[in-house]
Amino acid sequence: MNINFVQYRKIYFLFSGIIILAGIFSLLFFGLKLGIDFTGGSILEIEYVNNRPSNQEIREKLKDFNLGDFSIQPTGEKGVILRMKDINQETHQKIIEKLGEIKELRFESIGPTIGKELKEKTKVVIIFSLLAILLYIIFAFSRVSRPIKSWQYGIVSILILSHDLLMPLFVFSLLGKYYGVQVTIPVIVALLTVVGYAINNVVVVFDRIREIILKTRLESFEQIVNIAINQTLSRQLNTSLTTLFPLLFIYFFGGETLKYFSLALIVGIIAGLYSSIFLAGPILVSWQKRMRGR
Amino acid sequence: MTKKRIYIFFLILLLGLVAGNLAEPKYLNQAIDYLNNLKLPVFNSQLKIPHFPEIPFRLGLDLQGGIHLVYEADLSKVEAKDKANAMAGLRDVIERRVNYFGVQEPVIQVQGEKLIVELAGVFDSNKAIEIIGKTPFLEFREQKSEEEIKKIEEKKKEVEGKSFEEVQKIENWWLAFEEPFSPTNLTGQYLQRAELVYDPNTYQPAVSLQFNDEGAKIFAELTEKNVGKSLAIYIDNQLISAPRVQEKISGGKAQITGQFTVDYARELARNLNAGALPVPIKLISQQNVGPVLGKLSLEQSLKAGIYGFWAVVLFMLIFYRLPGFLASVALTIYVFILLTLFKLIPVTLTLAGIGGLILSIGMAVDANVLIFSRFREELRQGKTFSISLQEGFRRAWPSIRDGNLTTLIVTIILFAFGTSFIKGFALTLSLGILISMFSAIIITKNFMEFFQGKKLEKINWLWK
Repeated sequence: MNINFVQYRKIYFLFSGIIILAGIFSLLFFGLKLGIDFTGGSILEIEYVNNRPSNQEIREKLKDFNLGDFSIQPTGEKGVILRMKDINQETHQKIIEKLGEIKELRFESIGPTIGKELKEKTKVVIIFSLLAILLYIIFAFSRVSRPIKSWQYGIVSILILSHDLLMPLFVFSLLGKYYGVQVTIPVIVALLTVVGYAINNVVVVFDRIREIILKTRLESFEQIVNIAINQTLSRQLNTSLTTLFPLLFIYFFGGETLKYFSLALIVGIIAGLYSSIFLAGPILVSWQKRMRGR
Repeated sequence: MTKKRIYIFFLILLLGLVAGNLAEPKYLNQAIDYLNNLKLPVFNSQLKIPHFPEIPFRLGLDLQGGIHLVYEADLSKVEAKDKANAMAGLRDVIERRVNYFGVQEPVIQVQGEKLIVELAGVFDSNKAIEIIGKTPFLEFREQKSEEEIKKIEEKKKEVEGKSFEEVQKIENWWLAFEEPFSPTNLTGQYLQRAELVYDPNTYQPAVSLQFNDEGAKIFAELTEKNVGKSLAIYIDNQLISAPRVQEKISGGKAQITGQFTVDYARELARNLNAGALPVPIKLISQQNVGPVLGKLSLEQSLKAGIYGFWAVVLFMLIFYRLPGFLASVALTIYVFILLTLFKLIPVTLTLAGIGGLILSIGMAVDANVLIFSRFREELRQGKTFSISLQEGFRRAWPSIRDGNLTTLIVTIILFAFGTSFIKGFALTLSLGILISMFSAIIITKNFMEFFQGKKLEKINWLWK
């Protein structure tokens, strides 16, 4: 089996270019909706003993509490999740009493200071992770140098990483805008895992390119890259699929907390699969051609 | 086949068996019960086989339900060098209070100026918060210098009768709201005992205090320094009384008098005994998970994990046939070992941890996928079974190593981060990665080598 992936690279570049632009646009204009872990606020998850009243009725009952902009999200058969500003224990108890015959499933209240602190901490973690990955890339590709330089492999893998990270961010900015989905700690964790995963895929392809260069002494870089993509194709597909299966089950059956954690991973892994086949190698080829053209 | 290989093969199976039964001893113990209940005519007595040990999983708050509280301590009045001490004291006092509440294995941690209290299996957040938070904060304050008091009183006069806006225009207006007392080192931290007593002269209820040695020393110094002045007793930042110091008091005995009712004095004494907080605290975050949700989360995530596992097994069987089957057996042993480790270490299982575990199932197969892909390539090139096997493993190794290393780097950084959700995830995932490398390299390889030189080796469709 030998599919000529590299030949049609302009089409993938165009396709990806459009999606990347849309993603950047969406992030710039819609932004991300940060969860209460970062902003401070409260979540109250309850279940009605009898029938669940309408959102309007619940809103009416709570209007005296001065909760500001709060959201009501029905879950399951009788459940409701309320999101509001951070409230103290007293208000919490009063709200529970006011809501009538309910069972309290979960209550979280996070003060603004703790949220701010977590935000800072998360920034540090993201920066450290990306730096570590960057160091790893420099180390991993210092061994490859023909026919393009090792730093070029490095740059391309960073491009691919950014692509793989941008896709889930894009999805979350759209979901945040239209469905109020929040970026919480689990989502951040998932995104960092995506980074580890994405770099893994790229390393597999680039390692194979290096191996073929050493083994076959083929002249055409385009041909070499194409063989490498074909030879790693089944591995890329299978690995992504075996990881996607459990994630899909978590998404559909794993409950509320893990739902968006798995979604971020699913989108990231699919993006990583696509970019390791259609972008990583082809970008190298285009770059090499451009250098020779000069 | 060498003898050594057979030994290793059976050793792995034994490992899987032991780990599997440690992870879930229910079935083995049922079988043992069945055997024990058999009437055996041969021995004329019943068997007495002991049960396999049942070690429970340690479940986190989100899975068994409970309360997670974060308090912030106000250390503004504590000197920098004493901050760690004050926090340790706070921790001890709150631990005493919580134990009083009868919680199993409470977790109380100090993080900088924060105190984290985790009460698994406690669902009445109101009562918990009351017991922890309503502990009185006792402190002694000494009179400020006369100059300062004069200034404060002058400002008070100046401010009198003015509206809030007007007040703010006055220079140093805030002085008017200062209290005439300044904090000292003597707080409830040094309290040994408090009890309800009656004042012999007035028959009014009062609370007598006995400080420990260190507290007695501070109290003696304090009284010596303030002879002829007032020493104020504050509880929860409220002035209770400010008796005049007649002479230096050594021995560490003091008395709080005021317009108390007997009930108030009794409660105060009891609360002080249970532990007065060395520094004031404020609840800044809480998380309550009800028992229903915890159980539901556990069931849902386990279900997702089991389905995911079977989906992976099915996929491996269809795509890689016999090697896929062997990898599935290796994967099963992998899951058993991981679960056994969770029990033995023990690792507190949280929702995030289960997320990491499920994710690691997919990742664990990755190493096998890499090896089998290589193995097939070599077979297709017409190499023999055993050479293809050796080559497959040898060539796949750098990719396996690199790939797992990147994920491991990320998990280590995540672990250093500290939030419990992230830690749980990072711990299970990194454990998973390490075990999965072992399972792919040692277990699968040995299984594959078992077929070397056997008839099955010749049946091509099983392998390609």
